Amino acid sequence: MNQLTESPDHVRHTGHPRKGFFTDTSICIGCKACEVACKEWNRNPHDSEYELLKSSYDNTGSLGADTWRHVAFIEQDREQIGRARESGRALVSLGMPSFGPPGQDQASNLAGADTTPPDTSDFRWLMSSDVCKHCTNAGCLDVCPTGALFRTEHGTVVVQDDVCNGCGTCVAGCPFGVIERRSDGTAGPKAKRDFTPGEQAPTRNVGVAQKCTLCHDRIVDGQTPACAQACPTTSIKYGEREDMVAAAKERVAQLHAQGLTEARLYGANDSDGVGGTGSVFLLLDEPEVYGLPPDPRVPTADLPRMFKRAGIAAAGMLAAATAAFLVGGRA
Amino acid sequence: MTVSGFDDYRPPEPPRRRKLGGKLRRAGTGEGRGEVPVVPEAEFTSYYGRPVVKPPPWGDPIAVYLFLGGVAGGSALLGVGGQLTGRPILCRNSRLAALAAVGVGAVALVADLGRPERFLNMLRTIKPTSPMSLGSWILTAFSAGAGVSAVSEIDRMTGSRLPLGPLRRLLRVLEGPAGVEAAVFAAPLSVYTAVLLSDTANPTWNAAREDLPFVFVSSASLAAAGLAMITTPAEEAGPARALAVLGVAGELTAIRFMEKNMDPVAAEPLHLDGPGRMLAWSERLAVAGGAGALIGGRHRLTAAISGVVLLGASALTRFGILRAGIRSTENPRYTIEPQKSRLAARRRAGVIHDSITTSE
Repeated sequence: MNQLTESPDHVRHTGHPRKGFFTDTSICIGCKACEVACKEWNRNPHDSEYELLKSSYDNTGSLGADTWRHVAFIEQDREQIGRARESGRALVSLGMPSFGPPGQDQASNLAGADTTPPDTSDFRWLMSSDVCKHCTNAGCLDVCPTGALFRTEHGTVVVQDDVCNGCGTCVAGCPFGVIERRSDGTAGPKAKRDFTPGEQAPTRNVGVAQKCTLCHDRIVDGQTPACAQACPTTSIKYGEREDMVAAAKERVAQLHAQGLTEARLYGANDSDGVGGTGSVFLLLDEPEVYGLPPDPRVPTADLPRMFKRAGIAAAGMLAAATAAFLVGGRA
Repeated sequence: MTVSGFDDYRPPEPPRRRKLGGKLRRAGTGEGRGEVPVVPEAEFTSYYGRPVVKPPPWGDPIAVYLFLGGVAGGSALLGVGGQLTGRPILCRNSRLAALAAVGVGAVALVADLGRPERFLNMLRTIKPTSPMSLGSWILTAFSAGAGVSAVSEIDRMTGSRLPLGPLRRLLRVLEGPAGVEAAVFAAPLSVYTAVLLSDTANPTWNAAREDLPFVFVSSASLAAAGLAMITTPAEEAGPARALAVLGVAGELTAIRFMEKNMDPVAAEPLHLDGPGRMLAWSERLAVAGGAGALIGGRHRLTAAISGVVLLGASALTRFGILRAGIRSTENPRYTIEPQKSRLAARRRAGVIHDSITTSE
């Protein structure tokens, strides 16, 4: 990445390790406990009129200002399962470089194992709990003009509610469509749904950009983020990012050894367009099936080039104005 | 896929691959055929057709600001030119135009904030990675120079009736340097908004990053020149007419280069529906206004009409580009297809280390 782009390295002096999630979607049961725990802990308002979205059991829709965990539901038939398995196999056969310790080539381990895939079932349900990626090179943080978005001592990216002026640049800057500006109070909790009967809880941080904080208020006290704490199947794991990536690599190798070539990691590669993500995922199909971008790139990666082009354009404008006075002078 | 009788009520699944009319299908889809693809060719799948990236909450006030920021920048350049070449009316009108445009533009900018009362937080820090931060500083520096030089003009127009006291002499001394200072920040003011739009994950704006700055400075030049052709008598507006013609030529060229360099899928929103019509009309108006300035610019009425047409062209360009970007986030295809094809292209070229999806 270029010299401009920020990364968690600059807060390494704090001595805190970088924290992250590993979301293993192969053991997600779609209970949405993470969504509920997140809403309750962070006191986020509800974000719809309880409408049915006609997308399997997903009536949340997507991540946004009021939804910091979102469980996706995808229903697939035999043909789609086969295609996912093939695309995963193609990924393995690309000869992706191994990121494990040298001498432990997992691909060669796989070659020796019995990788006959289990019988393909007629139907499967993919369930995946999506969350802010807490990118190594975070687009939202880079483009924030006020400094409201900052890198915490845990290597996560958090909005300072009292600094953000709601300009919305971060919303456009996020390659994953995570951060959003909280709209006016229309989506506030209804009195009848609130904890205190007859008293409406005010919507906090209206007009301000909002997203997952990786429960910064919990992890500073050594607590586990609400979603990971609530997850009944340990599909959401929380810990030091290095451990999370190691666990993810171990798990995907295990699934590959069972012949489940559709398993793949998302965000575990530090050479990708966002420098790797703090929230690593194990997916069972292409990322776009889950609504994730297949090749995200932090926009500021190209910023020096953009500044250069803008500089040339500005010089051109000055030249045009000078020329106009030279030509217009004779008239 | 039905597994039980109850599932008969299930709504039909959206087709996995969206078939598109031949018109939208890009001609270059077949590129790279003939060789055995390592990975399947880019195919469009999405999560229930929902967007992948979010549109920024930028409405019409931001488009108005893009337009007025350009008008202000171009006007300051015409103002300093008039100041240095002895065209007092062009200088006066351009200075006033610069202050008015930047004033209204800044109000539009603040109005679109989620927390307008915190607009000063923009100046908490100077962040080179944030075009919005740099832009706020450019806007502030520009406004200072434009303000001083314009207030001096207002004072002169009112016969020195502004209650300035001893500050009047200081104002007269400063107005020249202030006009030059504004002119220094004029081109950055006109161009930074292009970087602001391109430095995002927005499919259309980001794909336009190579050439959008050229479109924006051209649009700013022709708009400011158009305004000067309305306000200034023809004998002093010669440079404005020349700048208008140069701006039109620049914009027509830059738009073509921009679309040629963009991913064909990401460029589609520039041609569809409302934004597409706006940009098409912007081009027609720019041609008409440029021709008017070139041929009939010395006739006062023709010049004024051409000026209005040019301002309209610039406004349509800004609204069109802004809305095309917003539209490009509504359909996940514009995010997913260009990303899949660039990933596939890198893999064909043997670059396999930088994918976010890995098998181990």
